[in-house]
Amino acid sequence: MSGRLYLDGVSVVFDGFRALNNLSLIIEPGELRAIIGPNGAGKTTMMDIITGKTRPTAGVVQFDDHDLTRLDEAAIANLGIGRKFQKPTVFDALTVFENLELALKSPRDPWSCLRWVLGPDYQRRIEATLAEIGLAERAGDKAAILSHGQRQWLEIGMLLMQEPQLLLVDEPVAGMTDQETEHTAALLRRIAGQRSVVVVEHDLEFVRALGSKVTVLCEGSVLSEGSIDHVQNDPRVIEVYLGR
Amino acid sequence: MSATTLNPPARVNGALILRGVLLLGLALLAVLPVLNRLPVDSALYVSDFVVAVSGKWICYAILALAIDLAWGYAGILSLGHGAFFALGGYAMGMHLMRMIGPRGVYGHPVLPDFMVFLGYTELPWPWWGFSSFPYALFMALAVPGLLAGVVGWLAFRSRITGVYLSIITQAMTYALMLAFFRNDMGFGGNNGFTDFKELLGIPLNTTGARAALFYAALVALGASLLLCRHVTQSKLGRVLVAVRDAESRVRFLGYNTTSIKLSVFVLSAMLAGLAGALYVPLIGIINPGEFSPGNSIEAVVWVAVGGRGTLVGALLGAFSVNALKTWLTSFAPDLWLFVLGGLFVAVTLFLPRGLVGLMRKGDGR
Amino acid sequence: MSFLLRLLAVFLLLAAPLRAQESFESGVAGLAGGFAAQAEAVERLGALGDPRAVPILRALSEGKLQKSPDGVLAIEGRDALTGAPAPTATETVRINNRVRGALRGAFGRLELASPQEAERINAAAGLFRARSADNIRLLEDALGREASPAARAAMEQALAASRLAAADPGVKRQGVLMLSGSASPEARSLLLGALAANPGLAAEIDSAIAAIDHRLQIRRVAETAFQGLSLGSVLLLAALGLAVTFGVMGVINMAHGEMVMLGAYTTVVVQEAFRGIPWLLPWALPLSVPAAFLVAAAVGAALERGLIRHLYGRPLETLLMTFGVGMILQQAVRLVFGAQNREVLSPSWMQGVITLPGGIEVTQNRLWIILFSLLVLAVTIAAIQFTRFGLEMRAVVQNRRIASTMGIRTGRVDAMTFAFGSGIAGMAGVALSQIDNVSPNLGTGYIIDSFMVVVFGGVGSLAGTMIGAFTLGVVNKMLEPWAGAVLAKIAVLVGIMLFIQRRPKGLFALKGRAAEQ
Repeated sequence: MSGRLYLDGVSVVFDGFRALNNLSLIIEPGELRAIIGPNGAGKTTMMDIITGKTRPTAGVVQFDDHDLTRLDEAAIANLGIGRKFQKPTVFDALTVFENLELALKSPRDPWSCLRWVLGPDYQRRIEATLAEIGLAERAGDKAAILSHGQRQWLEIGMLLMQEPQLLLVDEPVAGMTDQETEHTAALLRRIAGQRSVVVVEHDLEFVRALGSKVTVLCEGSVLSEGSIDHVQNDPRVIEVYLGR
Repeated sequence: MSATTLNPPARVNGALILRGVLLLGLALLAVLPVLNRLPVDSALYVSDFVVAVSGKWICYAILALAIDLAWGYAGILSLGHGAFFALGGYAMGMHLMRMIGPRGVYGHPVLPDFMVFLGYTELPWPWWGFSSFPYALFMALAVPGLLAGVVGWLAFRSRITGVYLSIITQAMTYALMLAFFRNDMGFGGNNGFTDFKELLGIPLNTTGARAALFYAALVALGASLLLCRHVTQSKLGRVLVAVRDAESRVRFLGYNTTSIKLSVFVLSAMLAGLAGALYVPLIGIINPGEFSPGNSIEAVVWVAVGGRGTLVGALLGAFSVNALKTWLTSFAPDLWLFVLGGLFVAVTLFLPRGLVGLMRKGDGR
Repeated sequence: MSFLLRLLAVFLLLAAPLRAQESFESGVAGLAGGFAAQAEAVERLGALGDPRAVPILRALSEGKLQKSPDGVLAIEGRDALTGAPAPTATETVRINNRVRGALRGAFGRLELASPQEAERINAAAGLFRARSADNIRLLEDALGREASPAARAAMEQALAASRLAAADPGVKRQGVLMLSGSASPEARSLLLGALAANPGLAAEIDSAIAAIDHRLQIRRVAETAFQGLSLGSVLLLAALGLAVTFGVMGVINMAHGEMVMLGAYTTVVVQEAFRGIPWLLPWALPLSVPAAFLVAAAVGAALERGLIRHLYGRPLETLLMTFGVGMILQQAVRLVFGAQNREVLSPSWMQGVITLPGGIEVTQNRLWIILFSLLVLAVTIAAIQFTRFGLEMRAVVQNRRIASTMGIRTGRVDAMTFAFGSGIAGMAGVALSQIDNVSPNLGTGYIIDSFMVVVFGGVGSLAGTMIGAFTLGVVNKMLEPWAGAVLAKIAVLVGIMLFIQRRPKGLFALKGRAAEQ
């Protein structure tokens, strides 16, 4: 299995402000990793760097042998890196089904899109995902009328349709009920066996439920790394984050 | 928004009415040249003027479709579609000029009058091949397509979107207008092309030729409508809508939005070029005024009035605004610009989904 | 009779050196004689340098000089010398080409002594064209008296040309040396002509031509730079208001050009209102500046409150809506003021041309517009940086919600900011009324250029707008000589498009998170 993410010495400077400061991080294939940190620690900037939205000022960002700093967002997505945004963005004017259909792994050039016919295999896969994210009943509804939690699920569903090797998930359980949160944790744990998953989250209960290795970011660099119990007892972490 | 689920019949009715209006309108247009052949005193007689004006509107409707495809679906608000239209018109105009042959005022066998007047001794290279109708038709599509390809590629790859793109396309048509006004461009300067004689061996000033051109435009409109429908109902159409609403999200899904937008922009420009190519033989003149930025933006308002992102709206808007213009300018020309300006304001403030939106009240879109 | 007169004339001519008064009168009398005597008399009058001869000689050259059978000369029925009625002088004095030639030279000499600077310069130019060694003394004398630098320059050039026409190679060399200090294309062609005729002076002439070329080159560069700065100042004025409404507020206003147009028409109205009050008329233009600001600002405020604010966050709709507003404003002005161009007078202190050292010519009104544009820029920056309004405006732009919680009435600030930007456009209209046709579609020509300047300079940066405007102006004027005005404009448009490929956010880009929102 491939899909190793490698960040070394990554820095990003905006107008003198260091959003990331010499950040190094390795995610092994199939690994589930939780990333926590206070506001402004650089969590979202890190995701922006990996997905090509922002270019690093310095440092190495690699996915297997590919240099991500030289690729655009679409190329990075096609390498197998999928991202769920903090603020769920789905396509309001399209139905739930159509949203998933767009995300479905398939040729993405204009001509193929024009000639695209949804075969029975694909139909089944979309239906399976619809069931998994609990939106089978809403398949024909415009995404605009979904509730916040449903939008979160739809976006996770779209991520699954992309069949990525690495999933970057930014605050997936914000606005979810406890039951939905548990369901999400279970889903991410299940996925992690076959793909790498990086979860950014504030909800420590959720992070504990993931049961994964935890990285604590602070001021753009790694402050602490280890199990949830290890980082929760790290005095530096307590000082900057948990102790507040 | 949730009205869709609460009250689905409203939408069905609206869509049905629209489809009815569309078919009725096209059928009505189709019989116009026939009615024109009736005796003048017949109750159903339709004058040459009406046929000529409707033919013009058909070409405008194709232009409106092109704009709707780019703006309504992909969110590309081009203020330069008038330039693509005019380029298509110029390509056809060049063919028509070559077809004048020795019948010009100066009687030169090859060179059009204005070239003789300006002291040309041989045909400039851009004019080569325009004696062939298929070549002229090809160029009427290819030149606008190529220009859209270059401008679009430059703009989309550096992520110029929204109003910036609009301004750039406006600057494009402005620059072309300045260029075509120059005599030494070799395209007739100020006066453009006129005094056409024949197309495909048929003299242009006959009723039959006018009817044939009218039907050609009508068929082209139908074909364009079907083509646009095919595009917008394919997955490409859904990707376009997604790009319109959240372009960066589409990129993170792995779509190269530059090539997606470019493909539809080029297609749209080619449709506009086709509209221009049909327009010129119908009205018998083309000059650099067609490049004026005001023309492009007026065409955008047709689409806004009809309702963008609906295709039918583009047709509805092109016909209704132009009908209003023809009617109003006949007795109160001073009022027209107030009304047109007022349309811009009213449609953006009160009718963002246009006439079609009014009919489809309650539709989720 | 005529024989007697001629005799008298000869006698008087001989007596002429004795007393100036006598010789002047005798010279005038000689004009009544035959062609040879006339020519001689004209030359003598020219040499005397008495300005009273000018109207008489002019009358002669225009065929208005008449004589009586007894030789009394009169202009329009009055004695040419005394001004007394001379009813008998009815025969027009005729002249031939030789006399005409003498007249040209005499005018040159006489006007060289004129009290009017412009006439002296004109006379020197005439002598420069005459290229006669006979004028050397005359010009040397005139130079000795001359104080005005402009007249001195013209006379020196004429002297140089006259020396070049002398027979003595030494004098010729002096002429070449003097011409080499000139910067006029005429001097250059004169030297080129002399090159073939004077092989002995070839080296000197060559180096003189090279020196002139060098100076002409500098002048061309300087004049291009001035024209570029002038165009840049116009662009700056037109774009500055847009830099506030679009650059700072992010509102796209396609009716911006119409705000400029309204400012220009305000100037027309103010001038019409002052027409009956002569002492106020010279102040019409300066007083139009605040008036235009207020008119455009009021229209801008009404536009923002009434229409634009309903479309915040929907830039494409705003673009279309404001285009419609622009159409309505244009048509309204067309109905009220008519479609034809209106004339705006320039006050005297804005007219004319200033010649800088090196022969660089600068039109006064362009110079004023450059200064005015910089002044408006300074006022705009000051208003944004140093006033309470500016502070609130920046606060609202940076974070509307927090500004609102701090007690800033954001709606009012929006309206004022938009009114401010529109008012600047109105002031631009006052300046443009001086150099462009005031017509209802005045603004349409500037809107695209203004957007290009703002985008090129960097949205949100006033310094960028200034540098953008002057850069585009100078580049445009530099391209014009070898591309033509239209192609230069197209080249600039294409250049900007290519430029934003490399720097999508313009020259002065805002960086970081703020820019990505």
